[in-house]
Amino acid sequence: MTIDLKTIKHISKLSRISIDEQKAKKLSNDLNSIFEFIEKLNELDTSKTEALTSIAETTLKLRKDKIESKNIREDILKNSPDENKDFFVVPKVVE
Amino acid sequence: MSEITNFKLCDLVDKIKKKELSSKEITEAFINRSKQSTKLNSYISDNFDDAINSAEEFDSKPDLNKKIPGIPIAVKDLFCTKNLRTTAGSKILENFIPTYESTVTQNILNNGGIIIGKLNCDEFAMGSSNETSYYGNVQNPISENLVPGGSSGGSASALAAKLTPATIGTDTGGSIRQPASFTGTVGLKPTYGSCSRYGIVAFASSLDQAGPMTHDVKDCALLLEVMSSYDDKDSTSVDFVRGNYLKDLTDNIKGKKIGIPKEYRVDGMPKEIEKLWEKGIKIIKDNGGDVINISLPNTKYALPAYYIVAPAEASSNLARYDGVKYGFRSKGENLIDMYEKTRSEGFGDEVKRRIMIGTYVLSSGYYDAYYLKAQKVRRLIKNDFDEAYTKVDAILTPSTPSSAFKIGEKLNDPVSMYLNDIFTVPINLAGLPAISIPAGHDKKGFPLGLQIIGKAFDEQNILNIAYSIEKNIEYINNIDDWWIK
Amino acid sequence: MSKNNEEYLIKRNNIEYEVIIGLEVHAQVLSKSKLFSTSPTKFGSEPNTQVSLVDAAFPGMLPVINEFCIKQAIKTGIGLNAKINNRSIFDRKNYFYADLPQGYQISQYKNPIVGEGSVTLDMPDGEKKIGIERLHLEQDAGKSIHDIDPKNTLVDLNRSGVALMEIVSKPDLRSLDEVNAYIKKLRSIMRYLGTCDGNMQEGSLRADVNVSVRKKGASELGTRCEIKNVNSIKFMQMAINYEANRQVDILEDGGSIDQETRLFDTKKNETRSMRTKEDAHDYRYFPDPDLLPLELNDEYIDDIKKDIPELPDEKKKRFIEKFKLSPYEANILVSDIETSKYFEEVSKKSDVKLATNWITGELFALLNDKSIEITESPISSENLAKLINLIKDGTISGKIAKTVFEIMANKEKDPVKIVEERGLKQQSDPKELEMIIDKVISDNPKNVEAYKSGKDKLFGFFVGQVMKQSSGKANPQLVNEILKKKLN
Repeated sequence: MTIDLKTIKHISKLSRISIDEQKAKKLSNDLNSIFEFIEKLNELDTSKTEALTSIAETTLKLRKDKIESKNIREDILKNSPDENKDFFVVPKVVE
Repeated sequence: MSEITNFKLCDLVDKIKKKELSSKEITEAFINRSKQSTKLNSYISDNFDDAINSAEEFDSKPDLNKKIPGIPIAVKDLFCTKNLRTTAGSKILENFIPTYESTVTQNILNNGGIIIGKLNCDEFAMGSSNETSYYGNVQNPISENLVPGGSSGGSASALAAKLTPATIGTDTGGSIRQPASFTGTVGLKPTYGSCSRYGIVAFASSLDQAGPMTHDVKDCALLLEVMSSYDDKDSTSVDFVRGNYLKDLTDNIKGKKIGIPKEYRVDGMPKEIEKLWEKGIKIIKDNGGDVINISLPNTKYALPAYYIVAPAEASSNLARYDGVKYGFRSKGENLIDMYEKTRSEGFGDEVKRRIMIGTYVLSSGYYDAYYLKAQKVRRLIKNDFDEAYTKVDAILTPSTPSSAFKIGEKLNDPVSMYLNDIFTVPINLAGLPAISIPAGHDKKGFPLGLQIIGKAFDEQNILNIAYSIEKNIEYINNIDDWWIK
Repeated sequence: MSKNNEEYLIKRNNIEYEVIIGLEVHAQVLSKSKLFSTSPTKFGSEPNTQVSLVDAAFPGMLPVINEFCIKQAIKTGIGLNAKINNRSIFDRKNYFYADLPQGYQISQYKNPIVGEGSVTLDMPDGEKKIGIERLHLEQDAGKSIHDIDPKNTLVDLNRSGVALMEIVSKPDLRSLDEVNAYIKKLRSIMRYLGTCDGNMQEGSLRADVNVSVRKKGASELGTRCEIKNVNSIKFMQMAINYEANRQVDILEDGGSIDQETRLFDTKKNETRSMRTKEDAHDYRYFPDPDLLPLELNDEYIDDIKKDIPELPDEKKKRFIEKFKLSPYEANILVSDIETSKYFEEVSKKSDVKLATNWITGELFALLNDKSIEITESPISSENLAKLINLIKDGTISGKIAKTVFEIMANKEKDPVKIVEERGLKQQSDPKELEMIIDKVISDNPKNVEAYKSGKDKLFGFFVGQVMKQSSGKANPQLVNEILKKKLN
């Protein structure tokens, strides 16, 4: 199988990473060589194998319904690229 | 002062406890050597001033009951450290200063450790040579222009060069064991669920594990004791009784059954590695262990499965780096434009490549063919190990299929770079513990490592086997401080 | 909108189209802390003050699930007569949005916690069962605010990570009235269970509406459109009506419907396409590797079952059997749990029939008038029971009772005191009444003459005069009896 430029554009859109034509071509080559190697898996018949969802040898931990976190707005916004003290700020969204 | 840095972790602990050295003396010694070693580029950020303050504070009322009292330690820059910049080797986190501490680094602090800096690594731990770091290549102290391995390359380099008496890394597909092998040091990846992932910048959640990197097995046992803890802030943390790894360390391996998997004899593997493996087998036999030939038939599918699972999880884990809450932001005309520019400029090529692979294998129409398939293969690989462990107690293999390579050598060939992890990846897929110890040199004089793989939560056993081999090999790292002269 | 649940059909050129509706209701789980973090869920706090490092998706932060939310989902599932799954999986739904800090929402995709169930609606022409496809747990997103800053969008993450139950119905709804009844029934069940407060104004209940149309009698479903995030029943009905007509118009013009997501513009009363096809979403669901599958054994589920209170359907049945209420009355009284509690308290201490009439009549009118909930009623269930008992034992007439009720609503609370202090007791002494009646008869000789000569209607006049003389306190039954005797 081949991953063409159109597919590269599509996944670049999905992953929100813009990519120029030249890089897209290189990426397409890289991905094709990687997938050629990944396709090795097709040799295996896994029709009767159950997928492994989690490797951790434990059961899902359940937490009590308790409020433990305080108001840490300052900490939360401290690393924000914008100066606003109350909100995160992004370019205007038009639906 | 320089001899202080020649001491290993356990020796330093001993000297502090006997009050032969103060925390300040030790901390200053490692900081001074670190300052002389900028050419290695092992550090991304230092914490030297604060560290000296902490050392003085420790010395003013030393608590000698702690496991690593007043010991300075530099850590991989993938662990979030409170008020200390944490970049994950990426431009996108260039200015990120966490307001919180990862559980593992907190454990180090609680046990008396002092953090002296943050060590270089491949961007988001994606790489096998430390060449994907936004903060530049790291030199392997073994030889100039040699990669230290990756992704914990800065950690391995700093440790081998004695800029820190011990360090911690993370291992998703071999990121502790491969650089340990490339630098002649010891590195252990614990069982999945042993060390908390809380506060560690995530690469692939179902594979990531933090672990110790040290000069020898004893140090490794001690540091593992410090790091490993049950954590209710991590849903995948496992609540089991942690051992006294150092106290229970023994080189007696009489009657232990050690498996040798035939699938690890890969085509084109250098003779030296083959020989090294034979040497390890002989030592085990000499020490009273039983060597048993085993088969892990699905080994060759591990790497392809890994290159589906890890990028898939990464593509989702890295979605939070969007320029909104923290880190780098590029100006955009609108929200989507801002996202696309931020992520395009903020991530390096390898990270982008893996996000793309991950996005692709999860996308509509391909999920079953790739992601689901890989999860099934993962089950088969785990079954291989389960089956093997009905016959043996541990497994011995080489750590890597080759020794360290030159900077730039494999940069343009992602697949050949990925092949570096061929012996380490299956262990992450199965969630098992494994240790790499230095066992010899190739003809270029570069270190080579042996890997011992254990049953889940059987860290003590692989430490013991490693200890027994280590004692017989008496490996010495030939490092001439070329970067200082 | 049709009152009698007559078939909801759209006619064009003598062709009748049937409207098929399915709802995905998002109900905010009542819990103190969020689904995967320990920050509070309280509504209306200062922006970004209820946000933890986990909610804002800081590097290395991990989700740990709130067990109470799991129990709430199971309870709701039981209330929907649904199958509770022993194994469910949390998946990541990947997409980028300003108020989605992780870049994915933790949700449940292929293996939800609750499977198929049903809800019974009481429609004027009988009961109708609506199938439930599934219920799953997921995280809510934050809030994007577009109207504070003219150049930017501001993001408040207080809601980020709050637990939601997404309840997906089968495409079984056929009219706007059914949509209304369905939402109200869901809300009623969840309020009974205490799993969701159902407050639509605060956004704790909202829905995505799936609409398709087909020619009446056709068996295959048409292509559907999804109208996102509608937050009131009225808007749901307006949106469906607009959307169904839009689709019929397209089909009538020979066109075909594109499956798409649409947005309802409440100001223009129209739906419009939200995302272009080029930007079509591909959520790349996969099991969240930070979490493990949720395994629940039967014992765990059975323990929760033991805590389930009597639900509206059972309560209705009991009210009909025990209190001999009509299904209509029972329905009104059980639909809201607080109303049903109030009713049971009043009827326990007084007469059931009168309690039913007074609650559904005077009391509802009063609450409606003041736009308050029954829990805020100025008239307590105890005092209403006292009032009813005063009527029942003949102390006051129904008419006087209304006056007393009004006073109770505004000033004095205790009806016994009101009646005593204001001397509103009914006059039931036959001798006293006879005196008044005699006076009325002797004062109106002409009317007596006319009545006796056949003008029966004048009887009312005499009753009225007696009531007037007694300031309305005369026992009307006795007045009737005595008057008849005297005049005939």
